[in-house]
Amino acid sequence: MNTPPAAQGADRPLPAEDRHLGTITGQSVAHESARAHITGEAQYVDDIALLEGSLHAAPVMSPVAHGHLRGIDASAALALPGVIAVVTAADVPGDGCFATPAHDEPILATGQVLHVGQVVALVVATSHRLALRAARLVTCDITPLPAILSIEDAMAQQAYVLPPVRLQRGDAQAAIDASPCTLAGEFRIGGQEHFYLEGQIAYAIGQEQQGWVVHVSSQHPGEIQHWIAHALALPQHAVQVQCRRMGGGFGGKETQAGHVAVWAALAAHKTGHPVKMRLDRDDDFMITGKRHNYLYRYTVGFEPDGLLNGLQLMMASQCGFSADLSGPVNDRSVFHADNAYYLANVDIESLRCRTNTQSNTAFRGFGGPQGVIAIETILGDIAHTLGLDPLDVRQRNLYGEAPRNVTHYGMELEDNIAPQLIAQLARDSDYRARRESVAAWNAAHPLLKRGLAITPVKFGISFTATQFNQAGALVSVYTDGSVLVNHGGTEMGQGLHTKVCQVVADELGVPLARVRISASDTARVPNASATAASAGTDLNGRAAQAAARTVRERLASFVAGRDGVQPDAVRLAGGQVHSPSGVRRFEDVVREAYAARVQLWSDGFYRTPKIHYDKQTLSGRPFYYFAYGAACVEVALDVLTGESRVMAVDILHDVGRSINPAIDIGQIEGAFVQGMGWLTTEELVWNERGLLTTHAPSTYKIPTSGDVPEHFTVALWPEANPESNLFGSKAVGEPPFMLGIAVYEAIREAVASVDGVRVSVAPCTPAVLLAALNEPRGRSDD
Amino acid sequence: MTLPARPLRFVRGHQTVTLESAPPDAMLLDWLREQGQYGTREGCAEGDCGACTVVLGELHDGQLQLRAVNSCIRLLSSVDGCAVFTIEDVARTDGSLHPAQQAMLECHGSQCGFCTPGFVMSLFALYHEAGAAAPPGCIGRLQAQQAVSGNLCRCTGYRPILQAAQTMHSHAPQFLDTEALAARLRALQSPLGQRIDHDGRTTWRPASLPQALRCRADQPQAQVVAGTTDVGLWINKLHQQPSQVIDLSAAPDMARIEERGDAVRIGAAARLTDAFAALVRHYPDLAGFLSRFAGQTVRNAATLGGNIANGSPIGDSMPMLIALDASLTLASVRGVRELPLETFFTGYRRTLLAADELISEVVIPLPRPGQVVRAYKLSKRFEDDISAVCFVVSIRCEAGHIDAVRIGVGGMAATPMRAARTERALLGQPWTLATMRAAADVARQEFSPISDMRATAEYRREAIGNLLIRLWHELETDEPVLRELAR
Repeated sequence: MNTPPAAQGADRPLPAEDRHLGTITGQSVAHESARAHITGEAQYVDDIALLEGSLHAAPVMSPVAHGHLRGIDASAALALPGVIAVVTAADVPGDGCFATPAHDEPILATGQVLHVGQVVALVVATSHRLALRAARLVTCDITPLPAILSIEDAMAQQAYVLPPVRLQRGDAQAAIDASPCTLAGEFRIGGQEHFYLEGQIAYAIGQEQQGWVVHVSSQHPGEIQHWIAHALALPQHAVQVQCRRMGGGFGGKETQAGHVAVWAALAAHKTGHPVKMRLDRDDDFMITGKRHNYLYRYTVGFEPDGLLNGLQLMMASQCGFSADLSGPVNDRSVFHADNAYYLANVDIESLRCRTNTQSNTAFRGFGGPQGVIAIETILGDIAHTLGLDPLDVRQRNLYGEAPRNVTHYGMELEDNIAPQLIAQLARDSDYRARRESVAAWNAAHPLLKRGLAITPVKFGISFTATQFNQAGALVSVYTDGSVLVNHGGTEMGQGLHTKVCQVVADELGVPLARVRISASDTARVPNASATAASAGTDLNGRAAQAAARTVRERLASFVAGRDGVQPDAVRLAGGQVHSPSGVRRFEDVVREAYAARVQLWSDGFYRTPKIHYDKQTLSGRPFYYFAYGAACVEVALDVLTGESRVMAVDILHDVGRSINPAIDIGQIEGAFVQGMGWLTTEELVWNERGLLTTHAPSTYKIPTSGDVPEHFTVALWPEANPESNLFGSKAVGEPPFMLGIAVYEAIREAVASVDGVRVSVAPCTPAVLLAALNEPRGRSDD
Repeated sequence: MTLPARPLRFVRGHQTVTLESAPPDAMLLDWLREQGQYGTREGCAEGDCGACTVVLGELHDGQLQLRAVNSCIRLLSSVDGCAVFTIEDVARTDGSLHPAQQAMLECHGSQCGFCTPGFVMSLFALYHEAGAAAPPGCIGRLQAQQAVSGNLCRCTGYRPILQAAQTMHSHAPQFLDTEALAARLRALQSPLGQRIDHDGRTTWRPASLPQALRCRADQPQAQVVAGTTDVGLWINKLHQQPSQVIDLSAAPDMARIEERGDAVRIGAAARLTDAFAALVRHYPDLAGFLSRFAGQTVRNAATLGGNIANGSPIGDSMPMLIALDASLTLASVRGVRELPLETFFTGYRRTLLAADELISEVVIPLPRPGQVVRAYKLSKRFEDDISAVCFVVSIRCEAGHIDAVRIGVGGMAATPMRAARTERALLGQPWTLATMRAAADVARQEFSPISDMRATAEYRREAIGNLLIRLWHELETDEPVLRELAR
């Protein structure tokens, strides 16, 4: 790890409110729960001591991908001592579908089953293990129907969960026709299981007067409140949803946590007991959605130097049996098919394919990675065709001066630092010299090849659905001077709570230890958006800052009144309140202010400015700003076995002015490794019956420490966010995930060094790579 | 034989815990959490993620040995006579952090925190294995990686965790009174064996091979276990509820490793960690291969005999042992017989083991002059994965010709196999690339592997031939090897 360069505010002055970092903001303070993490004290939903009489629910899943569900036989399960109830669709008091916009997902299957693993019923029992065992004794009477199990099948039948979307600029066809060079191709990129270490879990506890308290590992407690109320036919105020922390989310606990929460509440409703539902890891794999896998077809016209003239791109994603978040996920793929490059003439068709598989969902990047990898693949292919350095082709196509500064969806790029950032990384990583030494190595070694690549990322920050770009927070100061913060965001490990505490501590001028964060709670901050789209700190940090500022201003006014000075002459810092008349301890001022009946708590609210977006024309300014980065990756490949290894990684990434460099670097490193896993070891395999056969860590392989190279540097870009954003920071959760694409391009380079073989499939398992190597030239045994 | 009924006794912190009984399928993790000790967590319930990692202190030849294991697939009854360390035991009683924790804190080694206690426990074992007094820098990166090879983290990308492992010895040392603990554990040992009854179900914990054979003869229907790294999955995932369990993990004579004559004899209940260490002493070229067998936590619990008796076509020890010309000693109250390992498997997960027999020993000939051994494992992930193809060759050349060769393969058929046709294509042939190419074609034809989630049949066939080419290059040219290049 490199020490990040000192963050500074570049040329443009930051807005006054962001200009001055406090003493805590900007520091690499430890995660607010770090001590609790390492002592095991940190509490997750499964660690909540159960109320007496609590029961456990387990899912009964369809063994068939598509069929008529004629009924179920639960007699064997119910005969087991300790099995209390079986819950079916008939037990849902409210609407039988989850409260999703598309209204296409039954809470429990009825009449038909739509994928292997679809939940048909719940078994409720006195122990988790008993519920799991009993659930397997329930049999489903299903008449199988033909199932759609692949993108190609869905395309052939025009089976879509949502209508196709097309985005055009210029005349792609004419530009291709007029180009001196053209290329066409097809490639496919696999999906990805979130593999949050903590599986999906919820604990529902009935309250008086039809009220509910539900503990759930969720990125979106507000939506779970909505879903439970909808399912139980209750007003939303009857349902209180809490989440102190998740053991990982990555998008997998945005909508998907809602299912388990509704099921737990339903089971509790039916039995009259509190019910905990914790999915077994294998069941979690079978039930919940994953990252969408994509099939791409493209035709591209370009100049002999690699400059793009026109691009036709078809992106078809496997959405599974329902729409879930597939609409905005696929939209984001469309928005990110440019990555950092100017597409003058482009025609993108986006197909949202319906299949009889799990309903694919949000996953770090939210469709962005699937858009970015498309253009990176195409540029890699062009460079190969022309015999050029792919970095040259990439740099040649970057956004630049007008008119090359407007995205294909009509947004003017005001903050493009990609050209400088890539050039800097190329220098720092010694890319050009290493490329030569890699070529020399490959010429000398027939069996072991190397590959080197730099790929950038430009990622749009904001929810594309404008309404979600709002946040609320509560900051409460107690009479002893301690501070409690609550905001609408959730903590899944990304360090959101830490950053918010830093901001509030500085705003109030108190030491970090004075500030405690409470569980996310729908009863404290209502209607909160999902913690997603990387925007958690931007939104909730601003809201908490506003709330703390209100309290600070009240305290300052109070002291100013006492001292007969102007409020802006009163400064809160270091746990003290400084006025021209003297210095007081923060807690003393608080106590006096309380006695004088000054309100010591406040809410705060924030909505992102400037953004607008027309859903019909797919145009506007969907993003407040962009986050940038680039990775230089070197890999090695065994030509005889198809095995590959990442040898060295250098990253330069843009987090603006970092609120917490250690946390930001942690996000960048973790995201890179997750992106690397997506494209190398993490393979989802469904068999011919639609059964997912990689459904546990024994068969589904996320990276281990052994996959991470010793040479792994991360440097932070030194400029602040030119848009007004919390202290000039930028969002960090998702963008660095796409840095993993450099691994894919480096592997493709290594493979291409063998007779120009092109890889067009990810993840690049040994089987995929060896098959590619053998394709054109028979045996690979020279 | 009726072993004496005796309660379970083990050490937690500074106390000896006594449990009157436990069901034969109760897992240590579940018990810990029932006690309200929530820091040890279930991430997968199959020993693959490490969120449930605890450290067991066991007596080994009278000495205390600390080893990280997966508590999710560890029978509660099997910790009788052990010390169980969980995350709750790691910090000092005054609340100050253990060096492993302090290093994790300072390196920002946790994000979501769910896996963190498991990592800390693996580092705790590593710390005390190196010794509290060991100097800063005593842990290398590779050693750190090995120590956490059974722990998954989805947040950090591991860099800060490896850094923590490598820097924890720079913090104020925290000593463990191993002598006192060993004395406490010695007081818990009994040579008489142990029977644990629970609601008509029984766990038998023989303290010796003869006791074990008697138990086996009396209860041929009982499930035999040792490390439960596979049977644990049958319980957790297939929901099997064995009513009779014979647990060999408490029989020291079954875990003995000794060199006798021209062979090393490894007791069937020897942990893989110990068995592999013995093998590597004689066959150092196997070290890299053996370090990729599952993760460290599984190797610390699983046994060589268990891997063999299980008979899985993708168990990695068997192709190696077949190539090394290993044989098995099968014992019963009727007597003892020895047979070559390669004849032991009769079909998918079927073996020649009689209902009253146990594998007592694995007998591995010591290296012969000129013998070269190479082992290859192909899998999607380099570490802690199951082989798509496992390929182990023992070969010797004399005067430019191959005069001895044995090849064991895994993942190519319903059982681990000897590649007899491929061997014939090599034996007596000149040691040339042309010979290897011809043999590669034979190897590709010799088996009819299946396509599954680990790899396609085409891949398996193609790769197994290529590995012969790889072998030749590795021995004859200075073409580097991927795993060494990447280090």
